[in-house]
Amino acid sequence: MIAFKLAYRNLMGAGLRTFLNVSVLSFAFVLIIFYNGMMDGWHRESRTDTIAMEAGQGQLWHPALDLYDPLTLQDAHAVLDSKVQFLVKSGQLTPILITPATAYPQGRMEAIMLKGIDPSQTILDLPSANLLKTGGCYGMVGTRAAKNMKLKVGDHLLVRWRDINGTFDAREITIANVFQSNVATVDNGQIWLPIDTLRAMTTMPDQATLLVASKTYPGGNLGEWKWKNLKFLLSDLDNIVKAKKAGGTILQMLLLFIALLAIFDTQVLSIFRRQKEIGTYIALGMTRRQVVGIFTVEGAAHSVLAALLGALWGIPLMLFIGHTGINFGMDDIGIAMRSVIYPYYSMGLIVSTTVIVILAATIVSYIPARRIAKMKPTDALKGKLQ
Amino acid sequence: MNEIIQIKNLVKRFPVGKDFFTALHNINLTFGQGEFAGFTGPSGSGKTTLLNIIGSLDNPSEGSCTVMGQDVAKLSNREAALLRNQHIGFIFQTYNLLPVYTVFENVEFALLLQNMTASERKKAVMEALDWVGLTDKVKSRPNMLSGGESQRVAIARSMVKKPEIVLADEPTANLDSNNSHHILQTMKKLNEELNVTFLFATHDEKVMKYLRRIVSLEDGKVISDRITE
Repeated sequence: MIAFKLAYRNLMGAGLRTFLNVSVLSFAFVLIIFYNGMMDGWHRESRTDTIAMEAGQGQLWHPALDLYDPLTLQDAHAVLDSKVQFLVKSGQLTPILITPATAYPQGRMEAIMLKGIDPSQTILDLPSANLLKTGGCYGMVGTRAAKNMKLKVGDHLLVRWRDINGTFDAREITIANVFQSNVATVDNGQIWLPIDTLRAMTTMPDQATLLVASKTYPGGNLGEWKWKNLKFLLSDLDNIVKAKKAGGTILQMLLLFIALLAIFDTQVLSIFRRQKEIGTYIALGMTRRQVVGIFTVEGAAHSVLAALLGALWGIPLMLFIGHTGINFGMDDIGIAMRSVIYPYYSMGLIVSTTVIVILAATIVSYIPARRIAKMKPTDALKGKLQ
Repeated sequence: MNEIIQIKNLVKRFPVGKDFFTALHNINLTFGQGEFAGFTGPSGSGKTTLLNIIGSLDNPSEGSCTVMGQDVAKLSNREAALLRNQHIGFIFQTYNLLPVYTVFENVEFALLLQNMTASERKKAVMEALDWVGLTDKVKSRPNMLSGGESQRVAIARSMVKKPEIVLADEPTANLDSNNSHHILQTMKKLNEELNVTFLFATHDEKVMKYLRRIVSLEDGKVISDRITE
């Protein structure tokens, strides 16, 4: 209690020096929480969008399928047996057929994927109902693909593909819908068609490359179909966010280091200047360890004040940004990302940041304060130590 | 008279480069409860060193110094701190008040290390400030006090825990004549009323006039030990 009271008095007494130290530390504090909040916000939004538009609640893959190797698509398809058909009809699964193809937008050649989807499915949040048109071959594309291939609703696009026997075939597709998506992997270089149309084009009746599961599907392999859970399906996204966070951590640590260096410097100066005070504490009956404790608490109290100051200006700022979000204007960076990101500040983030900053400030306060334990009280009283 | 300080064959050396400087040579002294005594002598004679050893702030190189039945050379840091906290009060030349605390809090500080309730502390602090005539300055900070007032606060701080021994190192060195006399009269009064042993390190003639026993030191040796009354 004495230590806390003394720390408070000394910090207030130090005036501008305390204010500067606390300001820098509060800036580091808020920035760490804000940056991680943005990352967590992006991560949460992206996971939500990816689950809604691409991953579903998990997927069943053809055993030959490797999405990192497009060549496997040639063989990664199989007929849906009666058991799978039943689950599809009951709404637990929806089949997706994928075929590599080439599109020729305005005379250019573009490598694409043709993806067949059941227009009446409701598992994925894709506007597949727009494909429910008769009298032609209708497809839909995302805004990225539309921008890249300069397509709009009503445009005709020539595509060429190989059927199950390897024979090239080609036809014109009419763009029935251009949809907005935050998930680049359901958009970039892809044209969505009714699955029955694609099955007919590729002569793969009743076949699929993968099956997307709804919440009602309990999970697990289904015959030859291999179960891929969300941990697997979202691992790329998780790893990208993790890597971005790690990159940002270096900057945050640097900022924290500068703030802590200021505290360290203040502590060294304080111990040097207050030798008589240290000697007086000892003369009054304090042990050296108690005096070390006083100075450590005093240094660590910077971080508590920084948390309070940070809360003072950081909470309104973060609430404002949490309300408006930040428009990064990036909708074609290749990974799931909304153009406007809303930060997410979890209690865990705030508590862990507070603990890290207070712990770090305590350590850098303790290091110079240890010197007190080696001081001779008689020298300290004279203020003789160098 | 009950002997509370016994110094036997005490030697104190300080390292100077590769050699040693002997600050105290074979000191033998005893002090009883209620003495009002002082070490006098020129600068470098060993007054403060002796006072520091008695106050368990330093250890003898040879011999022993027993304070309140405890040999200071054998005390751990914690035990020495306890001895100072419970039995010894210090008064310094430069007052050494804590600048961020009020007068009340400065005096109270010594009691915070003891298990006393807030009301007990308040009573003791007000009593100590009453002894030195500063009850009207409880809320003042040290920078608002004169030198005399600061030293009176220091006296109150040293006396608030009612120690058996008060060690005063050049307590009047920074004070004018009037304040010096006032301070010394206060200490004399406390000595007589509370039977507290006061030991001074001084070369101030004004202080010497008040002392009942004067131990003269020169080059770390006791050259005289005389009773003045």
